[in-house]
Amino acid sequence: MTQPIIQLKGFDKFFGDFAALSQVDLDIKTGEFFSLLGPSGCGKTTLLRSIAGFEIPSAGSLYIDGKTMEGVPANKRPTNMVFQSYAIFPHMSVAENVAYGLKARRLPKAEITTRVAEAIAMVGLEGFGDRASHALSGGQRQRVALARALVLKPRVLLLDEPLSALDKKLREQMQSELRRLQRAVGITFVLVTHDQEEALTMSDRIAVMFDGKIAQVATPQALYGQPCSRRVANFIGMMNFLDAKILSTSGDTVEVELQSLGKLALPLSQATGGIEGCNFAGVRPEMLTILTGSQTAEREIEVVVSEVFYYGDMTYYDVRLPFKEEPITITMRNTAGRAVLAVGENARMGWSASSLLLLK
Amino acid sequence: MLGRGHFFKWYMGIFLVFLYAPAILLPVFAFNDSSVVSFPLKGFTTKWFAVLQTTDSLHVAVRNSLMIAVTTAIFSTLFGVLAARASTRFSFPGRRSIMGFIMLPMVLPEIIIGVSLLVVIIQIGFELSLWSIILGHILICTPFCIAILSSAFMNLDQSLEEASFDLGQTRWNTFWLVILPLVMPGIVASLLIAFTISLDEFIIAFFLAGTEPTLPVYIWGQLRFPQKLPSLMALGTILLVLSISLLLIADYFRRRGVRKTGIENSGGFL
Repeated sequence: MTQPIIQLKGFDKFFGDFAALSQVDLDIKTGEFFSLLGPSGCGKTTLLRSIAGFEIPSAGSLYIDGKTMEGVPANKRPTNMVFQSYAIFPHMSVAENVAYGLKARRLPKAEITTRVAEAIAMVGLEGFGDRASHALSGGQRQRVALARALVLKPRVLLLDEPLSALDKKLREQMQSELRRLQRAVGITFVLVTHDQEEALTMSDRIAVMFDGKIAQVATPQALYGQPCSRRVANFIGMMNFLDAKILSTSGDTVEVELQSLGKLALPLSQATGGIEGCNFAGVRPEMLTILTGSQTAEREIEVVVSEVFYYGDMTYYDVRLPFKEEPITITMRNTAGRAVLAVGENARMGWSASSLLLLK
Repeated sequence: MLGRGHFFKWYMGIFLVFLYAPAILLPVFAFNDSSVVSFPLKGFTTKWFAVLQTTDSLHVAVRNSLMIAVTTAIFSTLFGVLAARASTRFSFPGRRSIMGFIMLPMVLPEIIIGVSLLVVIIQIGFELSLWSIILGHILICTPFCIAILSSAFMNLDQSLEEASFDLGQTRWNTFWLVILPLVMPGIVASLLIAFTISLDEFIIAFFLAGTEPTLPVYIWGQLRFPQKLPSLMALGTILLVLSISLLLIADYFRRRGVRKTGIENSGGFL
């Protein structure tokens, strides 16, 4: 078994009485693209800054590469950080910014020159070396910040919401570029983000955090497919919820009574966070279908369309089930020959027991 | 009918005349060939400047003033840097009230500072000297320096410091390589303000001067002799030209610094 590059054990951080992090245990594997995902104030940035050495934990321990980081200041840790504001030194040129860390290590001039040129080329800023850094655009600043950190060949690169200041188009471009860079250099990336889409598209694994605690650590697919709680499911993508009552469990199956959908038996494995205390059934909108003509499904129920959102490639339907006040959402791909339903129309909704999750 | 715009034009014109006419009179009479300072002018001469050259007591006063002003500027700016850094970077109990008390000498009448310092220095048994004046000047200049430098330090993004530290640099080098260059325009402005305040400060210098007069104290002493007035006009002319050029030079450097770094304009006058 290979040793995780970052290990947190029983990590606590208090600001006065406020617990920014409580009892965080986390292993990050060597070479993976790891994301810390959560709403603002959940402690993800505090966790990142603790790894960098800018915050001292109130309790618990942190190991990087198996070595304890207790008493090791930020400038002696094998980590480098890309700041949210990029923190480009405004009085230095692009090349001077990139060379900053190498000069701090007192490397020979010739080596600094070649490594700076390599790093600038790696982030696609060839020819920008002599540019004054305050004359750069947001995307270019981001690249300088990346080059400045990666040129030091850290064991771990920490990224604090690096894409939040960019516009949508540039953000998407930088997402794929970051992914490409991470594969190219093979360095462990730890990214902090509040954008679930960003986390899903870029990461190998994601830790979802709420209120200073880690709720779930999983791959993007597992996180989306088997969220461990209603809160996680709601934060990652869209999910419909129905009240559920556990009637009995026997062996590997559980008997539940669902709002509107009636009684049914589900395998215990569909209670992804454990069966204890489950009181909701969740289903992703794309797992439901609107049946037309002679189409049939494993299970069907009559619904009324209450709202239609047309997106071109997709249509989002809000439909009402009998005995349920809140509408549920169904997303349908607009394939050829498929008519878009109108508000108030009756329809048949198809669903299957295997797409339901039991959550608390 | 006269519109609002006309009123403001007149207002501005009169304002500028009141502000600058007295200063313009200085060079006019400095080159006037008459020992009486009054119109009509008598003719052109540079003899008043020659008089200045041969007045040894004036030279001593100028030397004293420069020494005091330079020392004051350096120390007040140094204290200003420390205070501004502490108040913007760290939070500690009573920070606001401490900063308030430090800023107080800015509004305290100088005569009170002068008298109380005189009492204290005599009580302690110190000799009155240039150093007692420097002490008083540092006391009144430091609040101005703190005010200027606080804005310079406030504009500094704290993550720049963290980035430098994160990239492997020590705290000490971070200060020299990142913080200092970025607050330099503020430091230059602070040095200049302190220098200027100290150079023309009269009340404290008068109280604490002992036997060594500063330039303003010397000029005040000379006003008793009407025949010295034209040469004082010449002296005033030189001071006027010097201070304007100093201000222009400082602002040139400040603008250049701002252009180079692209950071927020901090602590300029012009």
